[in-house]
Amino acid sequence: MSVAQAIEALRRELGKNNVITATEDLFCYSYDATADLPEQTPDVVVTPENVDQVVKVVKIARQFRLPIYPRGSGTNLSGGTVPIKGGIVLSTLKMNRILEIDPSNLTATVQPGVIIQDLNNAVAPYGLIYPPDPGTVATATMGGSVAECSGGLRGLKYGVTRHYVMGLELVLADGEVIRYGGKTVKNVTGYDLVRLFTGSEGTLGIITEIIVRLIPAPQARETMLAGFSRLADAGNAVADIIGQKVIPATLEIMDRVTVETVENFAHVGLPTDVEAILLIEVDGIPEVVKSEAAAVRQVIAKNGGWVKTAENDEEREKLWSARRAALPALARRKPTTILEDATVPRSKITDMLLAVEDIGKRYNLVIGTFGHAGDGNLHPTILADARDEEEMERVRAAVEEIFRAALSLGGTLSGEHGIGIAKKQFLPWEMGNPGVQVLKKIKQALDPDNLLNPGKMVDLT
Amino acid sequence: MSIFDGLAAVEEEILKCMKCGNCQAVCPLYQESRREPAVARGKIRLAAAVLEGKLEPTDGLAERFALCLTCLACVASCPSGVKVDRIILAARTVLTQKKGLPFIKKTIFTGLSRPRLFDLGVKTAARLQGLLFKNIEPGKMQPRFPIGLELRRIVPPLAPVPFRDQVAEKHTVERPVATVAFFTGCMTNYLYPEIGQATLRVLKAHGVDVIIPRLQHCCGAPILYNGAADMALEMARSHVDLFGGIQADAIITVCGTCGEAFKHLYPELLEDIPRYSERAREVAAKILDITQFLHKLPFNPKLFRAPELAVTYHQPCHLGRGLGVVQEPLFIIRSIPGVNYLPLKEPARCCGNAGSFSLTHYDMSYQILTRKLKDIEDTGAQLVVTGCPACRMHLTDGLTQEQMPQKVVHTVELLARLLEEK
Ligand SMILES: Cc1cc2nc3c(=O)[nH]c(=O)nc-3n(C[C@H](O)[C@H](O)[C@H](O)COP(=O)(O)OP(=O)(O)OC[C@H]3O[C@@H](n4cnc5c(N)ncnc54)[C@H](O)[C@@H]3O)c2cc1C
Repeated sequence: MSVAQAIEALRRELGKNNVITATEDLFCYSYDATADLPEQTPDVVVTPENVDQVVKVVKIARQFRLPIYPRGSGTNLSGGTVPIKGGIVLSTLKMNRILEIDPSNLTATVQPGVIIQDLNNAVAPYGLIYPPDPGTVATATMGGSVAECSGGLRGLKYGVTRHYVMGLELVLADGEVIRYGGKTVKNVTGYDLVRLFTGSEGTLGIITEIIVRLIPAPQARETMLAGFSRLADAGNAVADIIGQKVIPATLEIMDRVTVETVENFAHVGLPTDVEAILLIEVDGIPEVVKSEAAAVRQVIAKNGGWVKTAENDEEREKLWSARRAALPALARRKPTTILEDATVPRSKITDMLLAVEDIGKRYNLVIGTFGHAGDGNLHPTILADARDEEEMERVRAAVEEIFRAALSLGGTLSGEHGIGIAKKQFLPWEMGNPGVQVLKKIKQALDPDNLLNPGKMVDLT
Repeated sequence: MSIFDGLAAVEEEILKCMKCGNCQAVCPLYQESRREPAVARGKIRLAAAVLEGKLEPTDGLAERFALCLTCLACVASCPSGVKVDRIILAARTVLTQKKGLPFIKKTIFTGLSRPRLFDLGVKTAARLQGLLFKNIEPGKMQPRFPIGLELRRIVPPLAPVPFRDQVAEKHTVERPVATVAFFTGCMTNYLYPEIGQATLRVLKAHGVDVIIPRLQHCCGAPILYNGAADMALEMARSHVDLFGGIQADAIITVCGTCGEAFKHLYPELLEDIPRYSERAREVAAKILDITQFLHKLPFNPKLFRAPELAVTYHQPCHLGRGLGVVQEPLFIIRSIPGVNYLPLKEPARCCGNAGSFSLTHYDMSYQILTRKLKDIEDTGAQLVVTGCPACRMHLTDGLTQEQMPQKVVHTVELLARLLEEK
């Protein structure tokens, strides 16, 4: 039984328009957004148009013992979609319909290939939002972001993807179609499998339909920029804001390296004589927004910072564009950008910031740190050149130290980017070998033949 | 080393791509096909594979690289600042060298690169076009036979007398405030002489002397964009000679792509040719789109008057993202009394024409256009203004096929129409 026969069967079942085999095309499915990883071309790419076709793909894969690599937009940062064992890449991009918007239940039902921003655009006329907003809202799919349990800028107040997934339809490795959860707010029927599959990185089942929770769009918001002459002051301000029982929608940090780089490249008018800046947005009912903003300003002053409030949409947009420029600007300094994702309890944010700064110095690397300080999720971004093997060795060593630092502060390897290939080997550091064994048993139970996204998160052998 | 010497010249650009996929959000072709090879990130991976020797320059590869509108939307939104267009052009050049051009393109480009023969050929064709095309209404024809054009496609007829044959070479006004050389471009010369006439009238009304050099011909951009740099070399040189030898304050173009050829492609192409590199840059420095020039003069809105007119503006890719001419046309349009400007939802989104792309991939080209037509309808405007003859042709094609009432004009034609007769 050969790959050629499998392709034959796929063509028969899905039609030849949904089966891609040209070498030139396969090259374009050999990577995702992750830096410094091996690439591999699949044997074939399929673009099923509905759940029945997904089932057919799974059955053919079983018959011919070919792995399946589910793929949305391929923007993940952990090697989640790289088909390291060849086989079939299953692209969900043709399953991109918004099936229903239900304003009375505050839910939307979508196919996995819908782009997050498209969902938001579709629910906006109802005065609703879908809050999870990774930096890739305009490109990432709902399926991919559910499979990664993506976070984003609003995690602190609004939570992450898992807090919005209410129901899932999946195709399992044996070809069965199952549905869990639904539109009810409450549901304790059986184990919470919706949560299990959310963040399962395509290793346990293929998501074919998603029911998500929507919330009313906030009525008012206030956006502030704060500058600090010491990194520690910025970190402490973050902890103090939350200590004041204010939960901003956004509480972002950018360190000096990032600020300087942004200013050099984007000229958005950021101060360059600071060690860190915070971008803070509070939202909600107008009166509450007012008093929370006042509280925030007090905390900043107490921590030795200055604050500037956006007076109108234009000024707000300017502050946001500075934040959005963070990664792009850093990425322009050197050819290779390694974006890390270590996360700590937010009370430890200062320790983590200082630890990263120290690691950068010790390994003689340029590290720009920015990220979602309010939820303890930092993105230390290492700038290097993949052609310089000696430098890349230092990068890898520094990454390991960043993981150790986060774990020693009670944090986690990954806040939102997932494990994939990139962080697989470090799992025991966080959960110990017995912990990893539990993951393996779950994988074994649901996908004993290791057909779904093999080589990611856990290895079966 | 220039991009026309091959992929090695763009190795740094290729490396800069961090594969974030942001280009997916803006690529019109990706949005239609939703396949990775359509988007910049995929093509950059392919270019890298060629550089690494992992992929041979196959026909399949040439077809993948042909699937790009060079609309520059990805370049404008790329976080890492990758100049994707340079990678595409370099790759196409390599592939054309190795694989040659498709027959139809080769025929056209060979024609374009021989100015005198081309001119004669077009004039002859203008006399005989009735045999191949039927008239739909004034200014619109449809092919009678599949002659490399889709049968449903609406195109403008070839002008019986090309623009440059209609006018004198030198035009002087009393007490001129400036002198310009006017590069007309082929579409204006052979298809839309009215754009040329309008440019002349508007410039004269502003007190500008205009020189329309007789010996100009195709700018060569269509050839360069298809990777046949060797065929375009002589065209670039002759234009640098011609325009470099004219005393003028500016060289005016009415097509973003022609402007790009002079401003960006010639200096690149002639970079390593001793006597030319310097002069190519001097000529490039003088290039201004007509709206840029008028805006600098400054533009005099008092010369114009519109009976209540609702217009919208489509920003041509090479004019907007290529030459950075974004605000000037809007400023001019909005400053005319009586003109009500109703913006498109996505004014800068490619219309889908992309030059010869619409010849080889008409269905996809039309699919992209469909979104633009919907946008136009939503504005409620009566008139679509744009700064590029090719966009004008494509928009007119779509509006006619969909039986929509809006008309399309070049920005400078709008001005000429509203010019108050003195
Ligand atoms: C510049 C940049 C900024 C980013 N910012 C953030 C951020 O702020 N927060 C954040 O959380 N992430 C961020 N990310 C990471 C990434 O965008 C998200 O993880 C994203 O949601 C992935 O979506 P995708 O459609 O690209 O999925 P893909 O990359 O295609 O897939 C991701 C994983 O999901 C699996 N998968 C995809 N579809 C399915 C399906 N239907 N069923 C089962 N499994 C499936 C794949 O196998 C893979 O393991 C960022 C990435 C980049 C490049």
